[in-house]
Amino acid sequence: MRNTKVVTLEEAIRRSGLKDGMTISFHHHFRGGDKVVNMVVAKLAEMGFKDLKLAASSLSDVHAPLIEHIKNGVITGISTSGLRGELANEISHGLMDEPVVFRSHGGRGSAIANGELHIDVAFLGASSCDELGNASGCPRSENAKSICGSLGYALPDAKYADHVVVLTDDLVEYPNVPKSISACDVESVVVVDSVGDSSKISSGAIRDSKNPRDILLAQQAAKVIINSGYFEDGFSIQTGTGGASLAAVKYIRESMIEKGIKASFALGGITAHMVKLHEEGLIGRLIDVQSFDKVAAESIASDQLHQEVSAIEYASADNPGSAVHALDIVILSALEVDVNFNVNVLVGSDGIIRGAVGGHPDTAEDSALSIIVCPLLRGRIPCVVPKVTTLITPGAGVDVVVTEYGIAVNPRRPEIAERLKAAGLKVVDIHDLAAKATSVIGVPDPLPFGDKVVGIVMDRHGKVLDKIYNIVD
Amino acid sequence: MMFVPGNNPGMMADAHIYGPDSIMLDLEDSVTMAEKDAARLLVHNALKSIDYGDTEMVVRINPLNTPYGRKDVEAVVKAGVDVIRMPKTETADEVRELEAEIIKVEEELGCVGRTQIMAAIESALGIVNAYEIATASKRMMGIALGAEDYTANLKTPRTLEGSELLLARETIVVAARAAGIACFDTVYSNLDDMETFRKEVELIKNLGFDGKSIINPRQIQVVNEVFAPKQKDIDKALRIIAAIKEARAKGSGVIAVNGKMVDRPVVLRAERVVALAIASGILNEEELS
Repeated sequence: MRNTKVVTLEEAIRRSGLKDGMTISFHHHFRGGDKVVNMVVAKLAEMGFKDLKLAASSLSDVHAPLIEHIKNGVITGISTSGLRGELANEISHGLMDEPVVFRSHGGRGSAIANGELHIDVAFLGASSCDELGNASGCPRSENAKSICGSLGYALPDAKYADHVVVLTDDLVEYPNVPKSISACDVESVVVVDSVGDSSKISSGAIRDSKNPRDILLAQQAAKVIINSGYFEDGFSIQTGTGGASLAAVKYIRESMIEKGIKASFALGGITAHMVKLHEEGLIGRLIDVQSFDKVAAESIASDQLHQEVSAIEYASADNPGSAVHALDIVILSALEVDVNFNVNVLVGSDGIIRGAVGGHPDTAEDSALSIIVCPLLRGRIPCVVPKVTTLITPGAGVDVVVTEYGIAVNPRRPEIAERLKAAGLKVVDIHDLAAKATSVIGVPDPLPFGDKVVGIVMDRHGKVLDKIYNIVD
Repeated sequence: MMFVPGNNPGMMADAHIYGPDSIMLDLEDSVTMAEKDAARLLVHNALKSIDYGDTEMVVRINPLNTPYGRKDVEAVVKAGVDVIRMPKTETADEVRELEAEIIKVEEELGCVGRTQIMAAIESALGIVNAYEIATASKRMMGIALGAEDYTANLKTPRTLEGSELLLARETIVVAARAAGIACFDTVYSNLDDMETFRKEVELIKNLGFDGKSIINPRQIQVVNEVFAPKQKDIDKALRIIAAIKEARAKGSGVIAVNGKMVDRPVVLRAERVVALAIASGILNEEELS
């Protein structure tokens, strides 16, 4: 019986019926350690494919080899949540004729589900897979070479793509359960040397930030949460992975213990910090779309209350069942915030793409309380500005901005401002923060943008939110 | 009082956001010979252009017997510094020499008397002369211990428990109190050992110091926690002050609170507790009045 699905990569591609002009997709659960994108696109180039559209859940520094494939016409379109490194730099300078389409994680899930983003062939890396295609981000044998935990961003691809190829570096005995990707959705299984370098996800060791500015921002963010009116038994929370965000968890934890408050669930990218609070009984459940480190990945493999969710279940705007709708508090970072509370997390102050949309707009809009933690000044770069370079998260969904020079509350949320003031926190007008930044740094020269559109930012409801133009040196 | 290297614009730009009571921009030991002029220019411009709010601004200059000291005085007085910290002070004459330098610049600016002096005592001779140093000028606002040079001068290592510093610390506190000025303890450099740091802060608070020199914003919280009076002490101090006010209004001399006689030292201690509570942000001055 069986065994018919396990083939070489070349054979899997041939079987998939992939043609020039079609869309291929990838997930980014191995983050900076991903090997699948480069491996598959190199094979596609070798096989002579042209004009392919690459739909990744995100791309990073490690994907610089795509530059050559773009120049050679193998890849002519990209959609992603983020871009970094040399690839982002080249694209910002106008490498591609077709603009890169940026979507949030929830926005991508929705776009795949409603057909706006149609995937012809999905190439999905997995840390274990059986010969029928039951795949997981968790290791399941002594031969396991990798671990990435949740496969949340790959699940919409597995469900909706016309053809699904799983690549694994550990082919295990059937049945590989619990599974993330069902064999019923998988057409081919390809065994490769390595799908990803797990060490580049993150080592997972909890290190307290020693950066005094991060500590200051974290303490302020924790005070905002504790005094916001949402910090009560059964609350839910999502945090980012930045130094200040992680440090805030430490202070929130202390307050939870002191006040006897427990959280019902933590959502999103799950870190070792959240696993620790969960194991201490301070957080009931972990809802994990992406395991940010090895500790989180190991936890999801062994803990029933640590559950994987798909990008759609996590953050889809048009699906009332998605978890963000039940989220109370989210702590987010920013490259820039403007005086209308709009946030940019994608394009740097030099006009070059250097970030990711991620779940930022999804969680900001749907959570009850969204807190942006962002220094007013990063060296000579102002982070509270009159107008963001690129609009990623509209200010309507942003409630509080925490900086080292004070806390600004969106005028739409006067009750939060009152609570924070009553707690003795330094609440300031966001215009004053922007003015403060200008007084220290001055007004930066306008960025030398050209007139070629290199990126289109879609909002999470599928509408164009902003355009990114090429930067001219 | 937080030490900030005078050659690090990034640190100088936002040192005040961490809420130290005073910031000491350093032109002396943290700046190499090659960078002395550049650092002086940076510190001058930092004082003039950065809004440090109500943080007290101190600059540690190079000794006057170096090629840099007098230029440092000129640059920082012109920039409007609150306090000049003189390093390695050993005699009262040195303080008077600095004062004369300050006066020269202040006269040029038409603001004589604006700049205060703090003397760092960092040698056995300085400790022997502590009271003379503390009273050498009307501008003296405080004296401080510099423990690294001091222990080197004593020919002894610096220990965790600090027994070798006891005489120097007590001498500085006594000299400062006798002179009616403030006193500040030396820095503790191991940022990874917050426990020993906390013990040291508790020790020097009990010895009578007004504050602690620090080298990193992470140390501020510990100093504030140790120096901030406890709520029960604040409540007691407020009761004593209220009682003494009432007694004065009635014209009676000696009073009792909770069955204990309240005399002048008790009132003074209560007033210090309230002042510390205000400084620590626990009490609001406006609400009190």
